[in-house]
Amino acid sequence: MKSRISALLLGTVLAFTAANFAFAQDKTVKVGALSDQSGLYSDLGGPGSTLAAQMAVEDSGLTGKGWKIDVISADHLNKPDVGANIARQWFDVDKVDIIVDVPNSGVALAVSNIVKEKNGIFIDSGAGTSDLTNAQCTPNTIHWTYDTYMLAHGTGSALTKNGGDTWFFLTADYAFGAALERDTTTAVLAAGGKVLGGIKHPLNTSDFSSFLLQAQASKAKVVGLANAGGDTTNAIKQAAEFGLTQGGQKMAALLLFISDVHALGLNTAQGLNFTETFYWDMNDQTRAFSKRFQERMKNHTMPTMVHAGVYSSLLHYFKALEALGGNPHDGAKVVAKMKEMPTDDPLFGKGSIEPNGRKIHPAYLFEVKTPSESKGPWDYYKLLATIPADEAFTPLDKSTCSLLKK
Amino acid sequence: MQALYAQLLVGLINGSFYALLSLGLAVIFGMLNIINFAHGALYMMGAFCAYFLLNLANIGYWPALIIAPVAVGIFGMILERTLLRWLTGLDHLYGLLLTFGLALIIQGIFQNYFGSSGLPYSIPDALKGGANLGFMYLPIYRGWVVVFSLVVCLLTWYLIERTRLGAYLRAATENPTLVRAFGINVPRMITLTYGLGVGLAALAGVLSAPINQVRPQMGADLIIVVFAVVVIGGMGSIMGSIITGFALGVIEGLTKYFYPEASNTVVFVLMVLVLLVKPTGLTGRAN
Amino acid sequence: MTVTTDNIIPVAARTVRDEMIAFGIMTVLLLIVPFTGIYPFFVMQALCFALLACAFNLLIGYGGLLSFGHAMFLGTAGYVSGHALKVWGLPPELGIVVGTLAAAGLAVITGLIAIRRQGIYFAMITLALSQLLYFIYLQTPFTHGEDGIQGIPQGYMFGFLNLSNPTVLYYVVLAGFLLGFLLIFRTINSPFGEVLKSIRENEPRAISLGYKTDHYKLLAFILSGTLAGFAGALKVFVAQNASLTDVHWTMSGEIVLMTLVGGLGTIFGPVVGAFVIIAMEQYLAGFGQWVTVIQGVVFVICVLAFRRGIVGEVAHFFRLSL
Repeated sequence: MKSRISALLLGTVLAFTAANFAFAQDKTVKVGALSDQSGLYSDLGGPGSTLAAQMAVEDSGLTGKGWKIDVISADHLNKPDVGANIARQWFDVDKVDIIVDVPNSGVALAVSNIVKEKNGIFIDSGAGTSDLTNAQCTPNTIHWTYDTYMLAHGTGSALTKNGGDTWFFLTADYAFGAALERDTTTAVLAAGGKVLGGIKHPLNTSDFSSFLLQAQASKAKVVGLANAGGDTTNAIKQAAEFGLTQGGQKMAALLLFISDVHALGLNTAQGLNFTETFYWDMNDQTRAFSKRFQERMKNHTMPTMVHAGVYSSLLHYFKALEALGGNPHDGAKVVAKMKEMPTDDPLFGKGSIEPNGRKIHPAYLFEVKTPSESKGPWDYYKLLATIPADEAFTPLDKSTCSLLKK
Repeated sequence: MQALYAQLLVGLINGSFYALLSLGLAVIFGMLNIINFAHGALYMMGAFCAYFLLNLANIGYWPALIIAPVAVGIFGMILERTLLRWLTGLDHLYGLLLTFGLALIIQGIFQNYFGSSGLPYSIPDALKGGANLGFMYLPIYRGWVVVFSLVVCLLTWYLIERTRLGAYLRAATENPTLVRAFGINVPRMITLTYGLGVGLAALAGVLSAPINQVRPQMGADLIIVVFAVVVIGGMGSIMGSIITGFALGVIEGLTKYFYPEASNTVVFVLMVLVLLVKPTGLTGRAN
Repeated sequence: MTVTTDNIIPVAARTVRDEMIAFGIMTVLLLIVPFTGIYPFFVMQALCFALLACAFNLLIGYGGLLSFGHAMFLGTAGYVSGHALKVWGLPPELGIVVGTLAAAGLAVITGLIAIRRQGIYFAMITLALSQLLYFIYLQTPFTHGEDGIQGIPQGYMFGFLNLSNPTVLYYVVLAGFLLGFLLIFRTINSPFGEVLKSIRENEPRAISLGYKTDHYKLLAFILSGTLAGFAGALKVFVAQNASLTDVHWTMSGEIVLMTLVGGLGTIFGPVVGAFVIIAMEQYLAGFGQWVTVIQGVVFVICVLAFRRGIVGEVAHFFRLSL
């Protein structure tokens, strides 16, 4: 009750300020890039996300129009309480307005709660949990790049329609893996495919050989990897060793980034299928951005879809700020404006943000090229299918977000 | 039933890594009375060393099998000379803490320079492909790992239990003062022993490079499992740690077949059971 | 292997007077924090870890047992408290009690197993047990895997203390910390504490004097685990989430580091160490990738050149007993 009154008061004050001092706008903004700088996710987010944020600031052109925009960054060490503390301190002490990136679902959910409490803005690019726009959605959070539902449905249905209609799952035995397997199974069945079986393996398994033997024996056309990070790369590497792909089976990774493909090398990764929402070599605009990004990156890697998400989400945020004219400190109001405006940026094309905070854009089913098909460094993917924006993500009527009035 | 044979064989492969690593730990513990927490990090360095040799110097798998353990072993000896030596006479727990710190440093530095997703390293051409054994498809490389590590384990056992050098070593463990009185340079033997143990870890790293992704964190979780193996086997005898390593690999393989969800925890559960029945470990002497 | 733990702590004549003065200063400093403009959440977080490190220190500093798995008590209490508050809707005070009891129960079971070996083996066993528990928590549904339990309500302590007010929360956490600290302080100065120290100095002699040393060690382990759990339950209200990181072995390593930096076997050392390490984590967050390396370097320096820790060195220099 108290917070509602203060929100009302704040709203009144803001409205009053906006009406009377329109010419004396507050035009200072602070962007916080919170990421895993040192651990498992540092390659797909990390320093690259900070760089992407800086590039978005430069490309927005707002600094030339009297805005003062700072970017700061920090390492959440993959610890939810460290992430929550940094977020809280950023709002209380450093006066940060918007937090971007935040890979690792646990940290992202913790940060989302703080952001709501502080009425800031949170645009998540790095985390996969679809809870952010379902059970745990807030009026202050936007989920930009991808989520587990989209990965599962994209790969599951597109691959089944492309002929991979019998599946066998290798699933990491925890909530994330189970959700991926469940969603993919639904998509496979809906597309007319069959699931022949599956196996649950513990997290951080270094040896997949016995699981792969069982996958091989199942004779399924597609082996779906419902796991992440080191588990996925190890499974792919060992599948190549056991000759699964030579035997005619397709490997489908349900969560994989270009940084992983780069790490595996084409020899091992060739023939792998997975879904992403961004690839550097899609069109002239993505190529131009990616080249600039690559030049400025410390180890000259190409941007991942997470980096692209940070960049394009901030561009949209700046557009909303420009439309509002100033006073960027009421998070929920800015987010409402962002949802109202259609999105259009060089990397993800045209799209929109749904009322539950889900950003909608097309997704792509890729296959990793063979070494002979690849024409140069980072030439890794060929496009198999495009999943249109309105099919790629959770349909609104299935979202359990409390912001949706039903 | 066929699948069972396959799992047994696969378990044996995993067991060879446990055996090599716990053997290295046991060798170091026997001589220095230190539990080497940096063992996992040094194992990782072995794998990275193989990667560097291939990509910077164009030196392939076979030479790397010798060069990497020697190089990492020398690195280990430098660590022993410059850091671990200062702990002589202190409580053994300080050795654990120091090597834990070293592990953090080594893993952190590799993480900074090479990221977390790792680097590719492929199977040498001579060992590519596989053989159909009737009940399973066995990649040749896996078979090679089992045979090779078994040979290395037995050689190490022979070196320590059956040669004159080994006799000095064992004597120096029992009574360093007396051995020194015979004119044997005990500090140098300690350094060499640490180098040997570290070299074994690095060798395991090279062996695993073509199978597992070469990542900075590849040894971090493995070392805890190996600790459990060591607790189960006890560090009383070299042969004990070899056998326990292989045996636990097989047991883990069987778990993967019958109840895959528990395959990561089975070693720890076994450790608890062994502790309840025979606290000194299967081969350990009461001390 | 003889039990030669005497070099872990330089044994000095202790005077309760020094300790009481230091305790007074610490309490006053902590009481005025909300009026200084220091960020209260940082101090709350540090207080929880300080209590955790004190609990750990009780075991190594006075019992000579190095536990490399203390994170399991922190995490267990956090999960159980979080679940009790969020799903069962228990009031805060009961949530803390339930969480702490869970940690105590875990301490009894793990203690019975781990106490069977000493020294390095004890460290490895506790590490392995906590890793076992980590995998269990990863797979059990109530912990929500790597998402953790999120958005745990803070509620009203005893029905009237509004814990979502930072100042109120601060004093509640501080009260919890002081309570735990005094309990440890009391234990160390009790006959039980004296027996523990004699076991650390020379276990065979303690046995020959007729003490059932295993009983004492087990009791110390349970007490330490319970207090660590209490710290974990308090932390739930500060962080408002319970996650896997609190059960991971790196957390156990951090607890060891805090105590080592502050001073093993000193009463105030773990508190100082916890503040130093938490501050490092917080203020070096900008250094990103180098935090782990820095922690490793601190470990190495402490072991090689600085074994008394900050408080130990100060106490040694001024010939105080802290």
